[in-house]
Amino acid sequence: MSVSELSQPYVALVGSPNSGKTSLFNALTGGRQRVGNYPGVTVERKEGSIERPGGHRLKILDLPGTYTLDANTLDEAVTRDVLLTRKIEGAPPDLLVAVADATNLERSLSLVLELKDLGFPMVLVLNMMDLARNRGLEIDLEVLARELGIPVFPVVAVKKEGLDPLLEEMLRRVGERPRPLVQAFPESAWTLPRHGAEEVRARFREIDRILKLANAAHLKPARWTDRIDRAVLHPLWGSLLLVAILTFVFQSIFNWASYPMDLIERGIGLISEGLRALLPQGWLQNLLVDGVLAGVGSVVVFLPQILMIFFFILLLEDSGYMARAAFLMDRQMGRVGLHGRAFIPLLSSFACAIPGIMAARTIENPRDRLTTILISPLMACSARLPVYTLLISAFIPNRVVWGPFRLQGLVMLGLYALGLVTGLIVAWVFKKAVFRGPTPTFLLELPTYKWPSLRNVLIGMWERARLFLRRAGTVILAVSVVIWFLSSYPKPPADADPGRPAITYSLAGRIGHAIEPAIRPIGFDWSIGIGLLTGMAAREVIVGTLATVYSVEDGGAAVGEDALGRILQRRWSLATGLSLLVYFVFAMQCFSTLAVVRRETNSWKWPAVLFLYLTGLAYLASFLTYRLALYLGA
Amino acid sequence: MTGRETLPDQPLPLGQMRKGQGGYICRIEGPDATVRRLLEMGMVEEAYVEIVHEAPFGGDPVAVRVRGGLLALRRQEASCVTVRKA
Repeated sequence: MSVSELSQPYVALVGSPNSGKTSLFNALTGGRQRVGNYPGVTVERKEGSIERPGGHRLKILDLPGTYTLDANTLDEAVTRDVLLTRKIEGAPPDLLVAVADATNLERSLSLVLELKDLGFPMVLVLNMMDLARNRGLEIDLEVLARELGIPVFPVVAVKKEGLDPLLEEMLRRVGERPRPLVQAFPESAWTLPRHGAEEVRARFREIDRILKLANAAHLKPARWTDRIDRAVLHPLWGSLLLVAILTFVFQSIFNWASYPMDLIERGIGLISEGLRALLPQGWLQNLLVDGVLAGVGSVVVFLPQILMIFFFILLLEDSGYMARAAFLMDRQMGRVGLHGRAFIPLLSSFACAIPGIMAARTIENPRDRLTTILISPLMACSARLPVYTLLISAFIPNRVVWGPFRLQGLVMLGLYALGLVTGLIVAWVFKKAVFRGPTPTFLLELPTYKWPSLRNVLIGMWERARLFLRRAGTVILAVSVVIWFLSSYPKPPADADPGRPAITYSLAGRIGHAIEPAIRPIGFDWSIGIGLLTGMAAREVIVGTLATVYSVEDGGAAVGEDALGRILQRRWSLATGLSLLVYFVFAMQCFSTLAVVRRETNSWKWPAVLFLYLTGLAYLASFLTYRLALYLGA
Repeated sequence: MTGRETLPDQPLPLGQMRKGQGGYICRIEGPDATVRRLLEMGMVEEAYVEIVHEAPFGGDPVAVRVRGGLLALRRQEASCVTVRKA
């Protein structure tokens, strides 16, 4: 960040998690937002700018949601530190915009009172005024402003109602004081206010007093929320509904996402054909087509699935259902020592571990969050699907087992279950052995239901897509180029056997041969060794590598894969096929995941732990599978 | 079932109450951090609190109505809150 940016005046939005703060931020800034990370921590930093006619521009920072300045989570600590220290933004905000849910003043004013004690220039935004009116609340805004001692602005952020007066006030207040004056705040204002239980109690007494004066103490119950909750939180119907929703999400991720995924694959195919036609044959063409495009393409192809997962997550989050799902799942997750919220990252990981690991940010306890991150790669992500499909079709007979169940389908299901069950056991072990400590509190607000705002959901998806492409994309670009180099050089000598694939002469081929002694005990040969190396770009890349190694002519993917299956069936024993299947259930074959874990945990320690424990687990499981299969005569 | 009649006269930990039971909070005690978090979420003395939902498979965690909102928490934490009938 440049110095000029630091000295630019800015407004900070502060509010509790369900206050509609993000809706307000979206409404104020439109698409003009930048999402990044706060330095040194993995908390999302959202900055936007407001442009007004007349050339006025205003920087606005959306601080992480918090119930109190007495931080319990990483997110909350960032909010506290931005306000109370200069080490994060370089300077305190010039104006605080506190956002409160008008239908939840009895609780949300607590943070407002706490913020007021800091002595910042401040305004209060009462969001969701329409819902408050519907519930019979006619707040006396003048009394409220007088008693709080700050201006109050009623708005409906999702409908963009009431924004103009707020914008004018923001511009006026930020414009009125030259920057250096702000930093001359009395030193006392920079210490954390006292947070003993007594202070909290006193704040709530003060809230009751103010709300009574402002005629805002009597809110009709949220009838619709109560009605919906009778079904959604019902022990039987609620559980069935949760299963139905999860099934639907799962189905759509796998069925609907396949169309855009095919399109992307075809698009990448077209581009590579174009490049081949345009560029002269040689190393540059190879680098661009076989290295960069193939590698990046193999990761970008997951973008539709990732967008779809985040579409559902944001939709469920925005409507208020997600907290209910965590409530329903808490007991089950608690059995292995996890938090109810952990099930969302784990669910996402079935499509791709990367959004799953990113979604683990919502778990407040660091030990729980780390445990969730460490087991996410065990959930069978969709990059494993092509590998499973190839090996199952090659080695598992498609016998009818019983009724509609065929052996191939059951094996596929078994592989998914194996990953899931192992993940839960590993979580339990981690919680028992490594991350010992008191069980973290499960204390969750169940917000009133709201119609999700499509605009908020779309903005959220756009942010996630950018993050994914930037994080996975940049790493995978580098890894793809390295792997391309390893598998292309050195070239075969002039007198090489024309029947022998060029890749076997390359460094990758040599590495494959070199590690063969190490993987021989689990039934792998050098060709799999090469595949394990290239598969670090993305798991399904091993399919293409095996095709190259066994010189399958590239005549359309479907034909090629069938042919590859037949070749593998001839070349490998059943025991090797099964061993490789099991290996892919466990092995950490994805460099992008490691890179994201590094970003999320801010150290190389956890990606290293992840890689070692999963590779160890994979080796052990494959060894047992291989030996057992050999023993049984496979 | 309204359940309020079934509440004994003596104060009772919220964590031991069933769905439909409720009362006024008279004490909040326990580990400091838990007490503070409960307070911050609006579980303050004299507030009316009622268990409105129980999670499947054993009725833990519970969802309680307090100060106009709905809070989910485990029975273990709920037991830091003592509730009396009136």
